[in-house]
Formats: sequence, C-alpha cells, structure tokens
Amino acid sequence: MQSVWTLLSWGPEGWLDEIAYGVFITVSLALATLPLGLLIGFLIALAKQSQERSLRLAADIYTTIFRGLPELLTLFLVFYGAQIGIQQVVRFFSPGSSVEVNSFVSGMIALGVVFSSYASEVFLSAFRAIPQGQYEGGYAIGLSRFQTMRLVVVPQLIRIALPGLANLWLILLKDTSLVSAIGLTDILRQAGVAARVSKQAFLFFGLATLIYLGLAILSSIGIGLIERRVGRQEVER
Amino acid sequence: MSITGQSAGEVLRPPPPAHGWPRQRILGYALVSLWILAFIGLVAYLASAWKPDMFWKYAPSYVSGVGVTLKLVGLSVAIGAVLSVPIAYARTSRNPFIAALAYAYVYFFRGTPLLAQAFLIYYGFGSFRAQLEAIGLWFFFRDAFNCALFAFSLNTAAYQAEILRGAIASVPKGQWEGANSLGLPRLVTLRKVILPQALIVALRPYGNEVILMIKGSAIVAIITVYDLMGVTRLVYSRTFDFQSYLWAAIIYLLIVETLRHAVEWIEKRITRHLKR
Repeated sequence: MQSVWTLLSWGPEGWLDEIAYGVFITVSLALATLPLGLLIGFLIALAKQSQERSLRLAADIYTTIFRGLPELLTLFLVFYGAQIGIQQVVRFFSPGSSVEVNSFVSGMIALGVVFSSYASEVFLSAFRAIPQGQYEGGYAIGLSRFQTMRLVVVPQLIRIALPGLANLWLILLKDTSLVSAIGLTDILRQAGVAARVSKQAFLFFGLATLIYLGLAILSSIGIGLIERRVGRQEVER
Repeated sequence: MSITGQSAGEVLRPPPPAHGWPRQRILGYALVSLWILAFIGLVAYLASAWKPDMFWKYAPSYVSGVGVTLKLVGLSVAIGAVLSVPIAYARTSRNPFIAALAYAYVYFFRGTPLLAQAFLIYYGFGSFRAQLEAIGLWFFFRDAFNCALFAFSLNTAAYQAEILRGAIASVPKGQWEGANSLGLPRLVTLRKVILPQALIVALRPYGNEVILMIKGSAIVAIITVYDLMGVTRLVYSRTFDFQSYLWAAIIYLLIVETLRHAVEWIEKRITRHLKR
C-alpha cells in the first residue's frame, strides 16, 4: 500500500493533478452556467411581473416544472433527451450517422435551467422592491423603456437581489457534483476513480468534500467583498 | 402636488388593460401555445410509445420505487428533526466552544454536496470495514439504503437546525419576558408560548426542506438504491426507452406539487387568526 502522501502528490504516482483538473472542470462548469442562468432567470422574472396574463402563465409553468423536478432527473432528461432528439434530426438528413452530445453542454443547460427558475423568484422579489416612481422618473426625463431598465432599474435590482443570488451560486456549486453521473470528469468523478484504483475511498471522497467546502468558503469571501463594494456605492450616492 | 388639474381619484386609477395585440400579448400567447404544444407532444409521445407489456412489467417497480423514496425522505426528515433540536440549542449556546462546534457541523453539511456526503459514507466507510465490524456496526453500513438514510439524516438535521433556530429567534424577546413575569418555567414557555408562534414562521421553510429532500433523494440512485430514480435508471438500461424518464418526471412533479399545495393549505389554515 502506498503512503497517503504519495497518493496525494502531483504526477503519475499521485492523484493531485487529476483532482486539480476535476476542480478546474467543476469551477468552469459553474462559471459557464452562471451567466446563462442569470439571463434566463431575468427574462423569466420580467415575464412574471408583466401586465400580460398569458406571459405570466407561461413563466409560471416554466418555474413549476423546473423547480419540481429533481436536478439529477433534469440532467438526465437533457442529456439523453437531447441525444435522442438530435439523433432523430441528424438521421433525417444523413441516415446512419450518430452524434454524441457533449456532457459539459448538457450539464450547463440543465443546471442553467434549474438555476434560472430559482433566480427568477429572486429577481421577481427584487422587482417588487423597486417603487413604480423609479420607472416613471426614467420615462419623465425622456429615457426609453430599455434605457430606463438598463440605467435606472437594473443597478438597483442587482443590489437588492445580490444576497439571494449569492445563495443560489452556492447551491449551483454543489449541484455541479451531479454531472459526475453523466460522465463529466469533475471533482467527484476524479475522486471516485482515484478511490477505486487506490482503494482509499475515505481519503479521496473526504478530500473531495473538503475541496467543495473550500470552494464554498472562497465563494463566501468573494461574495462578501462584492457586497461590501456594492454597499459602498450605496453610501456614496 | 398635482397641478395638472386632474383630481386625485383620476390619477390613482390603475391604467386600463391594453386592447388589441400589443407585443407582450403576442409573445405571451406564443409561449403559452408552445407549452400547450409541448404538453400535447408529450401526451402523444407517451400514447404512441405505450406498451402494455412493458407497463405491467415495470409498473410494480415504479410503485416500489416511490415507496422507497417516500420512506427514505420520511425517515430522514423525522430523524433529522430529532437531531436538529440539540444542534439548534448548541448553536445558541453561550459556551463558545459548543457554539463553534455546532456552527462547524452546520457549515460542513450545508457547504458540501449531498452526493459527496453520500459517497463519503457509502464508499468511504468501507475503508474502515475492520473497525466497523469490531464494534458491530458493519451490518448497518453495508446496506446502501442505510448509508443514504444516515447521510440524509445528518444533512437535513443541519438544515432543520438552522430553520428551527431562525424561527425561534424570530419570536420577539418580549414573549419570553412576558411568560417569565407570569412565572412560567422555561420549558413550558418554550412549548406553550414560543413554539406555537415559531412554527408558523418555520412551516414554509420546513415544507421547502421536505421538497428539497424529495428532489435530492434522486441522487441515491447513484449509490445503487432502487428509489424512484434508481428504478427509472434500471428500466432505461433494460429497455432503452426514453419514456421511462418521462414517467419519473411526471411522478416527481405530482409528488412535489401535492406537497407544495398541502403546505400552502396548512399555512392558510393555521394563520386564520392573523388574517384581518
């Protein structure tokens, strides 16, 4: 049996380089999902606070479905569903060929959709905290609807929504561990491979857990910095 | 101050609903019809892919899968509720060492993925097989369901401790002082004065926690427990029929929506005295 320190070293003997690659995949998946989820979530929130009833209904169906499904199931639905769907389309044009759906992109879409349905609730409550007078003031000085949104509403919206979004980011970071089930080499999958080869399951899964904890702590520190900056802007105004 | 000459009543009236087909309405109707089309497509697909022999062969496994999911969630939420009381108490303890210990527990279980915790217990505890056998606990950790139950109970205990702590902290201090001045012992105060008020605040977070656990419980399929998700994966691997996942999605949605509406109904019912 190799010593623990050999197993945790960098290089062909140890597993640290493999696990570092897993950390890279996990973090880049979370970072790639974030803008997608924020954008969809913002649009859904816009639809939910619109005057038009049909738009609200469509948005409500979206959030009901994606908040009600387990994240793992959403991931499988996207991964296998997209595989089958695209396969059908490709077969239609060139029979006999097959396509492989990228698990990173599937993970990004599935996690982004789940993130967006939660983010829409956060944005919606932030929208409700902004008085109608802010819009009216924007229109009164001759800004267009889009300009009012961009220059007047969104800067305030972000400040109000930040704590809720920070919470969702921490949840997203944890949810990325699910992509190991569709074969993406994230932290948990690399730890699993290392555990199977070295027969030191507790060591490697413990390490993986601690890495997730470290990422959460790092995120909390980062979020604290952002919140302080945003708070300072508030004071300067 | 209005100097336009309009009366206040006219100004405060909400704008009339838009007539005709503004852009928002077109978009809204388009999206709703897209959902309707998707729904019809789903029903049509499930109807066309309907195989009676497959249904009768696998329906019992789906039923048992739902049973395993509900059993796992029900047991772990109950065990977690019991464990959460001392943790919440320790969180508010004046002894800094005990408070820090409880905080570390809560931070660990809330800061790491449930899947990693389940792996750590199911695969990781296998590393200590000899020791576990020595103290006679191996029979428990050998079974994947027990490991999942163990991990889920510890996980939900951390979340529930925070819910409980927050709810009790939300009751104003005057309530404690009032009960104290009436000469009620602390435990009676907690049971008869504080908890009834705290549980109204805690109901919604508790409901959310149960829903999160039902959704989170799907991950036990990865550690070979045959819950609803596990059964679904098994059926898919045998038949390569995508409808197995769609059925699971429908069942999960039904469970979660039922729970959500039940929580809403209970909340409406127990806050009747607060409505004016």
